[in-house]
Amino acid sequence: MEWHRRHVLGLSDFHPEEMEFVIDTARSMEEVLTRDIKKVPALRGKTVVNLFFEASTRTRTSFEMAGKRLSADVVNFSSGTSSVTKGETLLDTARNIEAMKPNILVVRHSASGAALFLSRHVSCSIVNAGDGANEHPSQGLLDLYTILKVKGKVAGLKIAIVGDILHSRVVRSDLHSLGRMGAKLWLCGPATLVPREMERTGAVVTSDIREAVRGADVIIMLRIQLERQKTSYFPSLREYSQRFGLNRDVFSLAKDDAVIMHPGPINRGVELSDELADCERSLVLRQVESGVAVRMALLYLLAGGSHVAH
Amino acid sequence: MLLIKGGRVIDPASGRDETGHLVLKDGKVREFLGGEAPARFEGTVVSAEGMWVVPGLIDMHVHLRDPGYEWKEDILSGTRAAAAGGFTSVVCMANTNPVNDSPEVTRYIMEKARREGCANVFPVAAVTRGLEGKEMADFSELAEAGAVAFSDDGKPVENSLLFRRAMEYVRPFGYRILSHAEDSVLAGGGAAHEGWTARKLGIPGIPSAAEEVAIARDILIARQTRGKLHIQHISTRMGVDLLRMARRAGLDVTGETAPQYFTLTDAALEGYDTNAKMNPPLRGEDDRMAILEGILDGTIDAIACDHAPHEAYVKRCEFAAAANGIIGLQTSLPLSLSLLAEGKIGPGRIVELLSAGPARILRLQGKGSLAAGADADVTIIDPEAEWEFRPEEVLSRSKNSPFLGWKMRGRAAATICGGRVRHAAIAGVTADA
Amino acid sequence: MKKTGIKTLLDGKGVERVLSRLTHEIIEKNKGAGQIVLVGIATGGIHLSEVIRRKIQVIEGVDVPTGFVDITLYRDDLARAGYQARMKRTEIPFSIDDKKVILVDDVLYTGRTIRAAMDALVDFGRPRNIQLAVLIDRGHRELPIRADFVGRNVPTSRSETVLVQVEGAPEEWTVVLKEDPTRKGE
Repeated sequence: MEWHRRHVLGLSDFHPEEMEFVIDTARSMEEVLTRDIKKVPALRGKTVVNLFFEASTRTRTSFEMAGKRLSADVVNFSSGTSSVTKGETLLDTARNIEAMKPNILVVRHSASGAALFLSRHVSCSIVNAGDGANEHPSQGLLDLYTILKVKGKVAGLKIAIVGDILHSRVVRSDLHSLGRMGAKLWLCGPATLVPREMERTGAVVTSDIREAVRGADVIIMLRIQLERQKTSYFPSLREYSQRFGLNRDVFSLAKDDAVIMHPGPINRGVELSDELADCERSLVLRQVESGVAVRMALLYLLAGGSHVAH
Repeated sequence: MLLIKGGRVIDPASGRDETGHLVLKDGKVREFLGGEAPARFEGTVVSAEGMWVVPGLIDMHVHLRDPGYEWKEDILSGTRAAAAGGFTSVVCMANTNPVNDSPEVTRYIMEKARREGCANVFPVAAVTRGLEGKEMADFSELAEAGAVAFSDDGKPVENSLLFRRAMEYVRPFGYRILSHAEDSVLAGGGAAHEGWTARKLGIPGIPSAAEEVAIARDILIARQTRGKLHIQHISTRMGVDLLRMARRAGLDVTGETAPQYFTLTDAALEGYDTNAKMNPPLRGEDDRMAILEGILDGTIDAIACDHAPHEAYVKRCEFAAAANGIIGLQTSLPLSLSLLAEGKIGPGRIVELLSAGPARILRLQGKGSLAAGADADVTIIDPEAEWEFRPEEVLSRSKNSPFLGWKMRGRAAATICGGRVRHAAIAGVTADA
Repeated sequence: MKKTGIKTLLDGKGVERVLSRLTHEIIEKNKGAGQIVLVGIATGGIHLSEVIRRKIQVIEGVDVPTGFVDITLYRDDLARAGYQARMKRTEIPFSIDDKKVILVDDVLYTGRTIRAAMDALVDFGRPRNIQLAVLIDRGHRELPIRADFVGRNVPTSRSETVLVQVEGAPEEWTVVLKEDPTRKGE
């Protein structure tokens, strides 16, 4: 297949072949990461700007690594230290950066639709690194890649996602990447954080973690944010972790070869017990590994290729 | 003297719906003539053949943004847009800057409208000082200066005790309180109707309950105080049901809706279109159907467009940051006329919703009717005219409308205010500037 | 005179003989198979390097380490590619430090692929030297690159293409010359 996208805004309109194509490219990128000299000249002379309006060291570092491994020049722009706090609009900030002629903007913003909005107003390529509660496409792809590496397939697996489904862009991208590849998804969390409408996606919605985890092949735990308790989504972290936390006892209901994933950062003892976070079946670090490879693949596909030739 | 001849005169307030001729003199309706048009006439003759002649349309929910936000709109541009839309009167809200909570501001609006406006302007003054929801404004002084009703629109009066007091206090004077019914805490900072579309787009939702809870509260307080209440921009099924219940219980509660709520649903948000962002938000298809039912069965008394002009750059941004609201004066009439296609209501009902109803609700003397002695506010409607709502046609200072580019059917062929032609799209008729 | 259609340059037996001679030359020039490693350039050089490895095994009794390198990420024309080049695999599971690396490819043309391959190799380590073995040299060099071991020199025009098939049974191996006006050089 040919890659024609100028942007990666979300996985909602990605065909399975496109996702496989990115994963294939990521596999080759991963090989580069095993060498002594972890650098290839593919994006030499190209500029990638990380435009992060929301704090995120991990994702930003991952994209930065990805760009640098490909020999791109990577520039970081974080909103706390910049013009945005002086009241400049998102559009003006992006246009200012665009005037410096980057090839790719990697954008993270707290408003859903921000990446799509920018793609309509600037001419460089946009990679959505997370927009509000909408999507986080590179995470959806790296979760898919990680599961494929370990399980060999995604179709037919029972995958439970537990936590704050309502505010999670990771879930929404995972629904596209994993769901569309044939997994059966279970979404679990407090009723205040799991919208009923999610059933329309074909996933099973439940507030019973034991049912969600029973017989599961993959369990993805989501971080619960402290602010949600302050705005009354659940009574306390203690209550939350009793009902919705993954511990050895609940985990024993899953398949014998079930694996645990988490987009990070983990609240140890809240959604994931200390020992499970580090156990051999936790794929958290492999997700990070896959993340750099997937992001290298996305940057590579956007920087070269058919759309640029036009 | 003005003669409007050959049109279908539709005037539900005086029970008339027949072809004939209307004579206007000295700013008043002189008489209706049946049969042949007078052979000779001293004065201007306007031919309204094939068109409707109705009492001047009244939009009872308009934000003129003047004083304070004149870059979005001012009294001149707003009334020009109104006249082009067929409106001879607009009722403007108090959330200006400064807020219309003092007679000086009320008088400023009245004066400027008199001097420069292309339509009658009836100001609504604030219920609470500064719209802060803490202290009542000086109702009597404001009414004397020209305020026709009171509303904190833009915001609800959150404090139920204060709302009760205000309703109770103004009751003996016959003033009506227009309520922007919203429980803003329950709305929870949402930006779109809480439903499948918002979930799909990852936009925080505003539950229908946020409007329903507030309407219920307002109605129950109206019941408690036997005050006069009007619910603004109803957008939900339960909201219409509650209004129906209040009507059946014999309470003096009236209600309005805006054309967007019976024309669009939250599907219009696809692609994060900020021109579809407003408060209350566009709801689901079931709510849209309920609004139509409410219009059909008479529950809803008026259509008011909630004309809310905004400059381009506050809409040209990410969805969460975009301002709420759309303009509506030039599209309200054609969108309302599309209700006729449903086949269930006739032109008379449309005139009630757009003219007689608002006049009755706000007790606007001489308006909403073409009986002899009424003010010479007349709208000539060409119900068949096909046109496209293009950006060049927008007379408002702002162009924030989801209807741009729409093919419309029906428009105001002429708008006559106090006997003066303020807008004309009829051959041979020119408007006074 | 331009030929249209397909012309067979070498059949199974022909390819075998050429490869045998090539292998002998490699062994002779390097005075044995010690310190030699073979790196095929993906994809055309992969099977070829395997064939040469087997022949060295037969002649010298030495199993020479063999790997392959994908040069997609080192191309000089990534941004201008009218298609998104699909990545292949790189597998060099041994050290190339201080070794004599024999780069193997099926067809040598402009030389750009070889330049990219050398860039990639240098990122893997520091070989003692790099030598180039190709089955066919078709001319039209755009860079100062020459092969140390050449199976056959075949003069071609730019509208022609050389196709090498060395998979499966040796009887089926072929080298053909094909008219292909869409090709303008790789």
